[in-house]
Amino acid sequence: MSKKFLIPIGPYHPLQEEPELFKLYCEGEIVKDIKWETGYNHRGIEKLSESKTYDQVFFLVERICGICSTSHPFAFANAVEEICRIEVPDRAKYIRSIIGELERIHSHLLWVGLAGHFLGYNTVFMWAWKYREPVLDLFEMITGNRNSYAMFKVGGVRRDIEAAKIPAIRKVLAEVKKKTDLLTGAVMDDPVIHARTKGVGILTKEDILDYGAVGPTARASGVAIDVRKDDPYAAYPLVNWKVITAEEGDVFAKAKVRLLEMYESISIIEQCLDGLLKEKEGDIAVKVKNIPEGMGTGRAEAPRGEVFHCVFSDGSNSPARHKIRAPSYVNIATFKKSCIGQSISDATISLAAVDPCYCCTERMAVAYDISTGKRIMNGAEILKASAEKTREIMSKLK
Amino acid sequence: MTTEEIITGLKEKFGPEITDTIRRNEKRYVVSINPGALLKVADYLYREAGCRFIIATALHTKRGFEIHYHFSKDATGLVLNIHVVLSHEKPQIESLSNMFNASNWIEREMHELFGIDFLNHPNQEKLISEGNWAEGVYPYRKDFKKN
Amino acid sequence: MDEPACYSGNSSCIFWILKNRYVGFKSFCFKKSLWVFHFGGASCNNCDIEILDCLTPRYDLLVGSIRHADVLLVNGSINMRDRDRLIEIYNQAPKPILVVAIGACGCTGGIFAEGNTFAGPVDKIIPVDAYIPGCPPKPEAIIAGLVKLVNSSNPFKRDK
Repeated sequence: MSKKFLIPIGPYHPLQEEPELFKLYCEGEIVKDIKWETGYNHRGIEKLSESKTYDQVFFLVERICGICSTSHPFAFANAVEEICRIEVPDRAKYIRSIIGELERIHSHLLWVGLAGHFLGYNTVFMWAWKYREPVLDLFEMITGNRNSYAMFKVGGVRRDIEAAKIPAIRKVLAEVKKKTDLLTGAVMDDPVIHARTKGVGILTKEDILDYGAVGPTARASGVAIDVRKDDPYAAYPLVNWKVITAEEGDVFAKAKVRLLEMYESISIIEQCLDGLLKEKEGDIAVKVKNIPEGMGTGRAEAPRGEVFHCVFSDGSNSPARHKIRAPSYVNIATFKKSCIGQSISDATISLAAVDPCYCCTERMAVAYDISTGKRIMNGAEILKASAEKTREIMSKLK
Repeated sequence: MTTEEIITGLKEKFGPEITDTIRRNEKRYVVSINPGALLKVADYLYREAGCRFIIATALHTKRGFEIHYHFSKDATGLVLNIHVVLSHEKPQIESLSNMFNASNWIEREMHELFGIDFLNHPNQEKLISEGNWAEGVYPYRKDFKKN
Repeated sequence: MDEPACYSGNSSCIFWILKNRYVGFKSFCFKKSLWVFHFGGASCNNCDIEILDCLTPRYDLLVGSIRHADVLLVNGSINMRDRDRLIEIYNQAPKPILVVAIGACGCTGGIFAEGNTFAGPVDKIIPVDAYIPGCPPKPEAIIAGLVKLVNSSNPFKRDK
């Protein structure tokens, strides 16, 4: 028997009591300096890896970050397969790329939603996260889970994508394409978004090279680096696609790059699905008996940029040393350049533009007066200031 | 610059400082150098060869504290590892962070995890250890016992 | 589970109508506003995002301020640095408060329990009333778990 039940839920207050992750030191409205505190997320993963077998490490590294979940197993697999000097079957390459690109799509949609939230466009937030849901359903159908897919292993993938599932995947892709058209149109043509994001949070080419920034953050400043093209892996050299860049380096450019990349991802997946139909079903892994002694460096292009894993093997069942570098590690550091000189109300969108992991983005900024050291705005107030700026611009443009 | 040109350039300019060169394949090289030559080699790679600093990996082995500085030449897909070995007793090396910002955080992290001293680092202060472990404790050293 | 409908009452309240087979007869004992606050520990963010997913049109669950909260959702494997914050948050919360540990990490520390900075799991730091396991638990599971807790005959099993 089912009953109707009413639960009234209270209002939304974004994480008010969070500790300061970004301390913005301000003179009046302008940010003059930024300090960043971290350590809240440190879990000792590199050391944990040394106590796991190679098979277990895949489950560990896909939980480094939930959004870039597949990129870490991808890079780790590339590193270990380099040590073993093996190549995975073509079918596994297609499946790996399909999972990687589906992840890129859902991650970029997530970012668009968050960016909307930080600008005060909560409708964009709701839409983008709603459009993500069919992609997550697809993941559940293919891999068994909405996040953390456990698809990778040394030598190939753990599950096949049978021909029977392909029509459903194509259907969702067609839906996503339509929704991406909607979002792209909404973002690219909106004068308020132009006013809020053009010329804001600029990173020059020199800044990118100085910080070693990667991913859409770099590509939006005209630095055309993409691991999928530069150091090709999996199915990327087997299909046609292009690297998306922009020149201006501002928040708008970063949004444009991410939105246009989604179209490339859709195209890559379509071509990989065609490729799957040509390969023999079931041929998804090569047998690997043991990992020889040696060193391997593996990279993958995560939604945020290059993920880099360096694995040292001593011939045993566990890595002797496992170095992991996520793209946000080099991208977040650019806040010194992109946020200083901005107004407080532009600080959140400038910080969010490099797409740091959600965790970092939400535990956001607190503003201090640079001369007195007094706190002038907490995280919620900074978000509010940003939303107010959007409303101001909206009313001026009416 | 092509990969071959970069490697040849390294050998020509820094021959006496190079202790070993390993070529795993056309896109993966490990060049071991004397720690004292790090700044000059990094300068050559960053400014002349147009390489990007990816990250650095530190290890604690029987030989001492080893660091692999990973550089990428994106145009060719090359990952070039510059490898140094530092002493057990006093692991220290010049910081790269006055040359570029890309190494700032990882040098601070290696300092916290391994106790390696990066000389002339602009701000060798805590990055991740605050509240997580005590000063003077280096959790990734091999003689570290978790209590 | 049917698509929950929602409408905006006034600026300070959102109502959520749920047709759910976990809902028991005692449902109307807890007819007040449920203000839910979320604390994310050292996590991979999958749980954080699934919790936030409860915000989006498909699921519809919102979060409030700790000082007015009835429910504290905690996820993530708590490291040493987070532990102090969690205790502070718990102390600031008005009592009684229902604490829910979400995800494998929240319940047991999950895959990070052997890490060198692990200070949890959550129930080692603050009292926990309900556990919603999963890696991550689906939004449906989070909502179902919360409803089950709220509807249980004595949600506040602890004396506060």
